[in-house]
Amino acid sequence: MIRVVLPAHLRTLARVDGEVALNVAGLVTQRSVLDALEARYPMLRGTIRDHGTLKRRAFVRFFACEQDLSHDLPDAPLPDAIATGAEPFLIVGAMAGG
Amino acid sequence: MSKVRVLVGTRKGAFILTSDGTRKQWDVSGPHFAGWEMYHLKGSPVEPNRIYASQTSSWFGQIIQRSDDGGNTWHQPGTPPGEPITTPDGMPMGESNKFVYDTSPETGKPLTTHQHYDGTQRPWEFKRVWHLEPSLTDQDTVYAGIEDAALFRSSDGGQTWQELSGLRDVKGNLWQPGAGGMCLHTIVQDPSNPRRIYVAISAAGTFRTDDGGMTWRAINRGLKSKYELPDQDAEVGHCVHRIAMHPTRPNVLFMQKHWDVMRSDDAGESWHEISGNLPTDFGFPIDVHAHEPETVYVVPIKNDSEHFPPDGKLRVYRSRTGGNEWEALTNGLPQRDCYVNVLRDAMAVDSLDPCGIYFGTTGGQVYGSADAGDSWTPIVRDLPAILSVEVQTLP
Repeated sequence: MIRVVLPAHLRTLARVDGEVALNVAGLVTQRSVLDALEARYPMLRGTIRDHGTLKRRAFVRFFACEQDLSHDLPDAPLPDAIATGAEPFLIVGAMAGG
Repeated sequence: MSKVRVLVGTRKGAFILTSDGTRKQWDVSGPHFAGWEMYHLKGSPVEPNRIYASQTSSWFGQIIQRSDDGGNTWHQPGTPPGEPITTPDGMPMGESNKFVYDTSPETGKPLTTHQHYDGTQRPWEFKRVWHLEPSLTDQDTVYAGIEDAALFRSSDGGQTWQELSGLRDVKGNLWQPGAGGMCLHTIVQDPSNPRRIYVAISAAGTFRTDDGGMTWRAINRGLKSKYELPDQDAEVGHCVHRIAMHPTRPNVLFMQKHWDVMRSDDAGESWHEISGNLPTDFGFPIDVHAHEPETVYVVPIKNDSEHFPPDGKLRVYRSRTGGNEWEALTNGLPQRDCYVNVLRDAMAVDSLDPCGIYFGTTGGQVYGSADAGDSWTPIVRDLPAILSVEVQTLP
């Protein structure tokens, strides 16, 4: 299972507490994790990445294993610790606006 | 006894203020959607307990919320309240925030470009919903005014949205963002003609459709933008801040432009200035008395860079003559050291008798008048900066 931590506002929208656990088929990438997340929580579509282009929203960041993966290619494999569920994939609202 | 419900959108959530017809004692609920920018909330004229709300965030984008019980509970359209959303089967698609510009071959509207601040052309890019205008005749039909400027319509209660893309055909390549963005902020439906709709865009001007939104034309003749445009009489490009109409006089429109207060007596075919004796003709909101079609309200702001009242005195100006002759309304409003603004969507009138007027400030105050503006009382003083105010008059 892939563990995903959502920011507070998106937990409210998805009506979940704590981490989200997802089954991701095939290679574990940003795209496959977000596809699985949006399939299970459709109300999050458009809040993390653009509806049309599927690009990450400017003030959203992806952290994992103490790294900022926001600028990695969406189809690049995520670290093994994410794929095995040892570490969570963090979706974070960027520091912006004070 | 009648009641009023004031819907307040702020930078950090929504608030709902309710009172009986005396409008003296108020209950305040909120913040709803705390922490989000609530650009606009508006109830359906057909079913007042149906309220649509635009919830936005620079971080997480656009959400559309809907209440079917007068604002007590909310849900994203397509996700009925109480529905177990984690059920694997039968999951609602959750597309109520999907605003995608129409590029379909059927309508033949490729993703066009508009003018950017630096003079270059940029493709349209969805940013947020500024304004929601429920249909006058169908509670499931609602229009959305968008930044980058476009008009969308939903016919299924906000679950899905389709662009009325013919609007972008009207010299859209010359439209440009104002300081607040290139937003479609005003939608006015003609109650006598369901196929006629007016919209206003900053900074493009005013437009009208007579065929229900398929085709549009600019209606800006008479507007003059001497300091904003190289051609002051340009067909498009004017920074219109707000237009208002009295429902019994649908061919008469009032406009607060960037500078100038304007009036049209022929459904926007031509405009003439009615600023008259206003201390300044810059401002954002404009509204019309519920029972007196020639009584108009504006809130003059010092100028285009000093967005606060002249002399630190918060004054609503009222004309009982359809413009040109204006009187300052000050009773109950701060007359010293006041430097707030009143944004374009932050003034509304109820339909009680006497007519109630309400407006919200960037300082977080909502002022109400239960006597058509003669006297004012702060209903709340310390909300976040107020983006929008709407009023519902309830039986």
